[in-house]
Amino acid sequence: MSTTYDKVAEIIAETCDIPRETIKPESHATKDLEIDSLDFLDIAFAIDKAFGIKLPLEQWTQEVNDGTAPADKYFVLKNLSTRIDELIAAKGA
Amino acid sequence: MRLEYFQMIDRIVDMDVDARRVRAECTVPKESPIFEGHFPNYPLMPGVLLIECMAQTTGWLVCALGRFTAMPFLAGVKEGKFRNLVFPGDTLEFEGTVVHEGSGYAMAECTGRRDGTKVCDAQLTFRIRPFPSPQFRETFFAWGERLNLPIKEFVK
Repeated sequence: MSTTYDKVAEIIAETCDIPRETIKPESHATKDLEIDSLDFLDIAFAIDKAFGIKLPLEQWTQEVNDGTAPADKYFVLKNLSTRIDELIAAKGA
Repeated sequence: MRLEYFQMIDRIVDMDVDARRVRAECTVPKESPIFEGHFPNYPLMPGVLLIECMAQTTGWLVCALGRFTAMPFLAGVKEGKFRNLVFPGDTLEFEGTVVHEGSGYAMAECTGRRDGTKVCDAQLTFRIRPFPSPQFRETFFAWGERLNLPIKEFVK
């Protein structure tokens, strides 16, 4: 069964033309995969559609800029996948 | 359409926020300094300005969906296609939809037609940011009202 992380990795590979094998759960979207903010919008769009959620990018960016959350919390892929699972669970609650 | 001022749309003909659809019209001016260069003795509406027409059409819808609390900035263009030449004096109709409202961004699609025939289409990405100042917001509202957009209905 495909996990949330698998789906996210597929989306990133397809959206940003990054070889799938170079994408790891520990990969940081910007630092390791060099995904810029515009490409991340395409990824967010694909994730929103695939999972039926709305990634709170504005809130996350604000938290990172304010120093109240580390960027790794949202942009390391295994953590991003966890955030997605949380959003899916919240939607169903 | 006032090309030199980047005021591409003459009027919003219809906007259905619930359906996320907008229609706008404009007439390409018969004369403009732009046509002196594009091209000498063969005036032609530049494709990049048709992109701007599509961006402004759908941009007003993005504003309305957010009840004019913020404004969209064109961030990406995909599958931009110019299917027929557009000339001075042509009247164009643009029909746009917002296909997704994300957090701080929106994805839209727009098609331009002349006499029912498609002349251009594109997928557009907008970043959504706060108005740079209250004064700019007022200027923006005045611009929208000149296009027949009932701004007050959205901001009440």
